[in-house]
Amino acid sequence: MRSETLTLNIGPQHPATHGVLRVPVELAGETIVRAQPVVGYLHTGMEKQAEYKTYTQSIPQTDRMDYLAPLSNNLAFCLAVEKLLDIQAPPRAVHARVMLTEMTRLASHLVWIGTHAMDVGAMSMFFYAFREREKILALYDHVCGARMTASYFRVGGLAMDLPADFLDRLSAFLDTMPGYLAQYEGLLTGNAIWLARTKGVALLSREQALALGVTGPTLRGSGVDWDLRRDMPYGGYEDYEFDVPVGTHGDAFDRYLVRLEEMRQAIRLCRQAIAKLREIGPGDYRLRDYKYVLPPKEQVRTSMEALIHHFKIVAHGFFPPRGECYLGIENPKGELGFYFVSDGSPKPWRMKVRSPSFTNLQALDPMVRGRLIADLITTIGTLDIVLGEVDR
Amino acid sequence: MIPLTPERIEERLRERFPGVAFHRQTGEAVRDHTLHLPAERLVEVCTFLRDDPELDFAMLSWIAGVDWLPRVPRFEVVYGLLSLSRRARLTLKVAVGEEQPRVPTVTGVWSTADFLERETYDFYGIEFAGHPNLTRILLPEGWVGWPLRKDSPLGYEEVAFTHNTPGRTKPDPGLKKLAPKKVRYRAQ
Repeated sequence: MRSETLTLNIGPQHPATHGVLRVPVELAGETIVRAQPVVGYLHTGMEKQAEYKTYTQSIPQTDRMDYLAPLSNNLAFCLAVEKLLDIQAPPRAVHARVMLTEMTRLASHLVWIGTHAMDVGAMSMFFYAFREREKILALYDHVCGARMTASYFRVGGLAMDLPADFLDRLSAFLDTMPGYLAQYEGLLTGNAIWLARTKGVALLSREQALALGVTGPTLRGSGVDWDLRRDMPYGGYEDYEFDVPVGTHGDAFDRYLVRLEEMRQAIRLCRQAIAKLREIGPGDYRLRDYKYVLPPKEQVRTSMEALIHHFKIVAHGFFPPRGECYLGIENPKGELGFYFVSDGSPKPWRMKVRSPSFTNLQALDPMVRGRLIADLITTIGTLDIVLGEVDR
Repeated sequence: MIPLTPERIEERLRERFPGVAFHRQTGEAVRDHTLHLPAERLVEVCTFLRDDPELDFAMLSWIAGVDWLPRVPRFEVVYGLLSLSRRARLTLKVAVGEEQPRVPTVTGVWSTADFLERETYDFYGIEFAGHPNLTRILLPEGWVGWPLRKDSPLGYEEVAFTHNTPGRTKPDPGLKKLAPKKVRYRAQ
């Protein structure tokens, strides 16, 4: 008797692939022999475009990479440029950035928990998670006027100051959040179907995870105690207290527990940031070094010098020194890094994006080999990829 | 835990590979520890960096290509390494010529290099000798050219009503030399 494998095409347009991911799956019966993802359907050449734009002009591009965590991308970009320029944002901006980035982590994980649960059959979870996410997006809207494409951080600080009532509105929301998280846990953690679909599925060993360069909750779910916020602190995280959850089995259920705990820690970090911001009070929200940062509008109208700086920055951008630097931050999905090569002109000679989703996606094939086709859907969900960032 | 200093990494590498010409990149704003090394020894050095218990660079974080047109050699392949246990990063650089851009693959050292090298190949046309499946990854299979090379244009789609603008044509596809960027002011 002769046996043949069957190739089944999943995607690029498929609700369970979370965007435009195509996975041609080689099947022996219902068992997966090979599943090599095909990507690039959303490629827009952001790295090439950045070479033709000033540094500030590239910030809106970063929103569109991981569009579920726009402010985290902004932060990675701004911190990398600040490292190249060797400047630091004032304390108010630093803590506001931490606060907003942790809100972003919360929002991104909410989308993950909603879609992942929906993929494996828990339909109602999606509505619960999106209810809370909408509240976070409303807070974004309040702070910068956009729900998703925030572009709120600038090199040297923030685009504008936080609204006066923002901290109160955020703390009111944070007070309700632990109750919602308990609700999610009630829906999922003891749920027999959820356990059957996630426990022992999408296994990734510690060694595999390291060799595959997997980062973020996926790495921690495999039992590697590594978080850039704690281990290589950046952007003010050295002043914060938080725990890093680590899994033991490296399966989809452990990654679920890790992300759930990360949401609790994000709430904790937000509260610490609010306390710090209240302590600092009103103050500079961006640097006063007008070689790199736009001067305040009032000054532009009254001071000749400020006007000149304004025009120079708007028309030509700022001039970093010749050199290069890399900076990686802990995005909700993993390590997002920017590598800049500067030739001394206001446009980067090269901008490289180290995108966590792109690297994590490589783990798909080893995770599903020899498993059933239904586990592929769980695996795509548990990897938490965003195709905007995979393809850039 | 004693932090791993860049000097210590370099010392350890020179001890182990006395014949290899490591060259540390210096400059006004080179913010990370960057070592240049010849492409022939790349795989050995990477294997040592991964396996040495003192250095323990267990993860290859990223690979980037850089086009330095009109400099010779034209390309650079940059490897970003991460040591989790020592909390250290290291950047390795390999120079690649224009005529036959080829670097040995490090997929045998870190399997993550699979996608990362394919991406660099896709953008720059740099071949990674020994790579198991060196095909385009982000661009369509039939794409002609290497988009991130400096002599590749940003994208010239015919704009509507272009025929009304005399003298406005598509760029010469045989364009080799890069026009210098327009920089009117320079910081002191």
